[in-house]
Amino acid sequence: MKQLFVLDDKKRTSPIKVLLNVLLVCILLVAVFWLSLSAINVTFDFSFLGNFQVRIWQGFLMTVFLSLASLILSLIVGVLSAVGQNSKILFFRYLCNIYVGFIRGTPLIMQIYLFFYIVGTAWGIENRFIAGVIILSVFEGAYIAEIIRGSLLSIDDSQLEAAKAVGFTKMQTTRYVILPQLVARTLPALTGQFASIIKDSSLLSMIAVIELTQTMREISATTFKLFECYLFLGILYLCLTLPISFISKRLEGAFNYEN
Amino acid sequence: MKIEFYGLVKQFDDDRVILKSIDFCDDIHTLAIIGPSGGGKSTLLRIIGGLILPTAGEIYVDGEKVSADENELQKYRKNIGYVFQQGGLFRHMTAIENITVPLIKVHGYSKEQAEERAGELLGRFGLLEEGHKRPAALSGGQQQRVAIARAIAAKPKMLLLDEPTSALDPEYTTEVLDIIHELKQQGIDFIIVTHEMGFARHACDKVAFLCDGQLMEYGESSRLFNQPETEQFRTFLGKLLEWNV
Ligand SMILES: Nc1ncnc2c1ncn2[C@@H]1O[C@H](COP(=O)(O)OP(=O)(O)O)[C@@H](O)[C@H]1O
Ligand SMILES: [Mg+2]
Repeated sequence: MKQLFVLDDKKRTSPIKVLLNVLLVCILLVAVFWLSLSAINVTFDFSFLGNFQVRIWQGFLMTVFLSLASLILSLIVGVLSAVGQNSKILFFRYLCNIYVGFIRGTPLIMQIYLFFYIVGTAWGIENRFIAGVIILSVFEGAYIAEIIRGSLLSIDDSQLEAAKAVGFTKMQTTRYVILPQLVARTLPALTGQFASIIKDSSLLSMIAVIELTQTMREISATTFKLFECYLFLGILYLCLTLPISFISKRLEGAFNYEN
Repeated sequence: MKIEFYGLVKQFDDDRVILKSIDFCDDIHTLAIIGPSGGGKSTLLRIIGGLILPTAGEIYVDGEKVSADENELQKYRKNIGYVFQQGGLFRHMTAIENITVPLIKVHGYSKEQAEERAGELLGRFGLLEEGHKRPAALSGGQQQRVAIARAIAAKPKMLLLDEPTSALDPEYTTEVLDIIHELKQQGIDFIIVTHEMGFARHACDKVAFLCDGQLMEYGESSRLFNQPETEQFRTFLGKLLEWNV
């Protein structure tokens, strides 16, 4: 009996066991939700969502595009900052260190308000999509810089010495040794960071970018169906983030050449 | 291969002098560098291999001066095979790729030529089954055999080995030393830093005893081990023999 519920040393857990235990977890979650909601007399009715199909779809697409654009821009910012942090030129070094330290040490919501004032008002960028992408990229870029810097540090001197010894030039060392090892080490973490970008983009609703969260917020304000709206919102985000987390895990396995 | 150093000095950033003016001139085929840890053996080998520059002094290999210019050095390194104590294989490449990629990118082999050469060497070293494994999936002895295969793949003028068996379990030491011995019989010149005194004595023509950054003794291996001249060498040998069976 006990065997059905505890992990054993076997490499694979049998599907029946997985199913049984996952089912138990689901029952518990549903029960907690149901009891809590029935205590305040809420009944579920998702049918109204059909009326807002188009808006929800647009918000969903907006979130996807925001996240993709931010991913690209934040990668550029992140790579440049990681290189800058290792630069021999002190100005760039300190600039990048201060940037990464400030961004990672303060909440995104504060940065959104602050930067929207600068980017939007002082620089005159009216387009909220562009402003949103810039703000989000500045934020995520600092985290990506840390991911890349960590991987750069973890490349062993022995590998660089070996590259020299086989006769590689500096360029060839970068191309055939540093980059492949860097990619292998950063790709899983970068994929994970993409999931964070998607979630963090929801905060751009604060500056009225009409993405998924903002759309649902508006819908819930007119229909008063708070629970249905936010539950559905959560499911939509999971549709985006779960596959990405899955890919990230797979990449980790595929690139793990250390053991 | 003729090797000459004149007034070779190496000092690292922390101001400690690791090599204190070494002079050397001889025609060598197989040379063992021995001596206590921290004596500067690896540093000397790195300088000979063109991996680091000496602080002062000159080196000539076959009468040609080893330049301090990075481009020249890179060309020089192409003609030298280097085997490290451990971790010298590229971790993200399979055993075969470790051999073929340098052949293709550095020595201009075609992919087919490189693969043929890699297959030939892996076969000779008993590694045919292992070709598609990454270093982490190989035993220490197998890794070192692949490293030797990579080092000699492009038929270098000289092979440098820095304690190739020190990181290995004793049962793997022999398989690696056997291979190096085989290379000697094929006429490949090498310099090996080693703590395997039996190998230095019986498989290498010449032995250099490096201690405290100085070349204390040098000569035919048979003579050196039978008549150590300096106190330091006697002490060193005595320590090694202390726990011998
Ligand atoms: N890159 C380096 N920077 C500073 N000191 C070094 C460096 N490489 C080696 N050393 C020092 O030089 C000394 C000799 O080292 P090494 O040549 O490795 O000796 P051996 O191989 O004979 O054990 C050691 O004390 C070591 O700490
Ligand atoms: Mg050493």
